[in-house]
Amino acid sequence: MGKVKVHRTPPSLDMTPMVDLAFLLVAFFMLTTSFAPVEPVVVDIPRSVSEIILPDKDRIIISVSDDGRIFFDMDNQNHRKTMLNYMSEKYGIPFTQEQQTAFSILAGVGLPLNTLPQFLDMDTEERRQITQNGIPADSVNNELADWVVFARMSNPKVRIAIKGDRDSNYKVMKSVINTLIDRRVLKFNLITGLEQEVKI
Amino acid sequence: MAEVTQGGGGGHKKGGKVRAKKQSTKIDMTPMVDLAFLLLTFFLLTTTFNKPKTMEVIMPDKVKDETEQTKINEKDILNLILSEDDKIYWYVGLTPPVNETNYSSTGVRKILLEHTRANPKMMVLIKPEDNSRYENMVNILDEMDITSISRYAIVEYTEDDKTIISEGLGTAEATEPQ
Repeated sequence: MGKVKVHRTPPSLDMTPMVDLAFLLVAFFMLTTSFAPVEPVVVDIPRSVSEIILPDKDRIIISVSDDGRIFFDMDNQNHRKTMLNYMSEKYGIPFTQEQQTAFSILAGVGLPLNTLPQFLDMDTEERRQITQNGIPADSVNNELADWVVFARMSNPKVRIAIKGDRDSNYKVMKSVINTLIDRRVLKFNLITGLEQEVKI
Repeated sequence: MAEVTQGGGGGHKKGGKVRAKKQSTKIDMTPMVDLAFLLLTFFLLTTTFNKPKTMEVIMPDKVKDETEQTKINEKDILNLILSEDDKIYWYVGLTPPVNETNYSSTGVRKILLEHTRANPKMMVLIKPEDNSRYENMVNILDEMDITSISRYAIVEYTEDDKTIISEGLGTAEATEPQ
């Protein structure tokens, strides 16, 4: 008997289902994705068993770094602009149109208000190189309190979340919490990661 | 009309109309697929899946005068002092003995469960010292959640607590080796 001749099929296959799937996934990820904003400071959050998910919008995040610097962040560009206007009115520090726009697209800030205009004039690369000193929150000069008040004025629905580093000192935390209580914010959230209980 | 011609046929018929040359209906999809997968990988990598979780804290409002404060029997108070180096000092009421414990499930959790089971009216007062870490506070709030204690409060660490601890620790150490 002779050899069985293998039928050569042309090396093309129907890719349509694969492409369908690929585009489906692309569409899914495009719609669900929310770009992680550039954080001004790296915060190592503590863990807990709590499973309440932080809302995506209408939120203020007060970050406290491990060396006790305080940062303030709020979503929604329009509300940020209104908030900045209130701040500049109270402290008498004018902001130009460009500075306002720059502020509205920024993530968290951790600077005293008087150095903020200078910071907003820089470009992204320069900003990254600057170490922000944190927002003052002591009893003499409590800018954090004003940020909180004006943020709530520009968006009354806003929720406040505290994102503290696990190694940050309780003393700073206490001043942040007391600031909130003094402004009658009695309900707030502490951002935590999900605990993975490790059995040794 | 004309019959369906398959493939790339379409020769001229004598005297007939000039037909457009039928092309194959297959298109090379490779570049499109390349692009699709490129985008897919991009979005896959940039998506943040684990959204941060939060725990909700409700603090009591500041009381204006003493009369507004609720009075609690001192026997119904369990004090937890969060100290530096992840230590917890605890005592019941206003008097020693003061004991030391830690954040493990056999440490503070056991104490909390024992005391709340023995006395359902037990109120837990959490007093973080200034040199404790933020994680300590979160951990203790987490324990409250785990042991489902609803009567607790975060209060200021005062000088009184300091003296109770310094006195209490001495007596606890003296009575312990038996």
